[in-house]
Amino acid sequence: MADEVQEVSTPTRPSGRPDRPDRPDRGPGGPGGREGGRKFFRRKKVCKFCVEKIDDINYKDVRLLQQFVAERGKIVPRRLTGVCTPHQRQLTSAIKRARNIALLPFAAR
Amino acid sequence: MQRSYEVMFIVRPDLLDEDLDKLIATMQNHATTAGATVQNTEKMGKRRLAYDVKKFQDGQYVLFTLAADGTSIHELERRLRVAEPVLKFITVRTDEEQQRLEKVKKIRASRVKRPPAEAAAAAESEGAPATT
Repeated sequence: MADEVQEVSTPTRPSGRPDRPDRPDRGPGGPGGREGGRKFFRRKKVCKFCVEKIDDINYKDVRLLQQFVAERGKIVPRRLTGVCTPHQRQLTSAIKRARNIALLPFAAR
Repeated sequence: MQRSYEVMFIVRPDLLDEDLDKLIATMQNHATTAGATVQNTEKMGKRRLAYDVKKFQDGQYVLFTLAADGTSIHELERRLRVAEPVLKFITVRTDEEQQRLEKVKKIRASRVKRPPAEAAAAAESEGAPATT
């Protein structure tokens, strides 16, 4: 657990140091780099439901819910998946409903 | 007070198809006599259960979509509980969720009118630095 999603703190490549703010070679993906020249760089996680515009988080959609359930059947926390708070709340209730009707396990193995 | 509900239930896997149809028909009957209107029924087929229920590893899923009030839903649930081949059921009230979805859709529709030009511009400014 808590392995794959934590791709935190990859060191920036030295050429991409933000000492020259006029350089346009950085996409909007990463934070523009702090002025202090931190060597760490956290990839910005985005909420899947916001990006793909999934409004309805339904308990019947096992395929979707399974992505947010760890191997043992636990709900993966927001800090690992990047889901935003309102969507995580809906997701949690959907997963709990799915568990109740045996679509998802309470505890696997 | 009419509300929309979904009732999903699991039937034991060794129940024959005709018996399942019969069970569904009787349940619909019970629902309508209790004052609910069955809008849709869906047999979702046989599925592996995520955990054992009454020592069964598989189950046949059935989904009812209903417009009903609380008392008729209560009656239907009682019938399901009594029915021997039904392993498990869940009732979900859906009207509030549907209202919310419609609202979101409306907001999105009103917003969509603008973006095409904006989105294209954004895509350009995004794509340009990546290629250099």
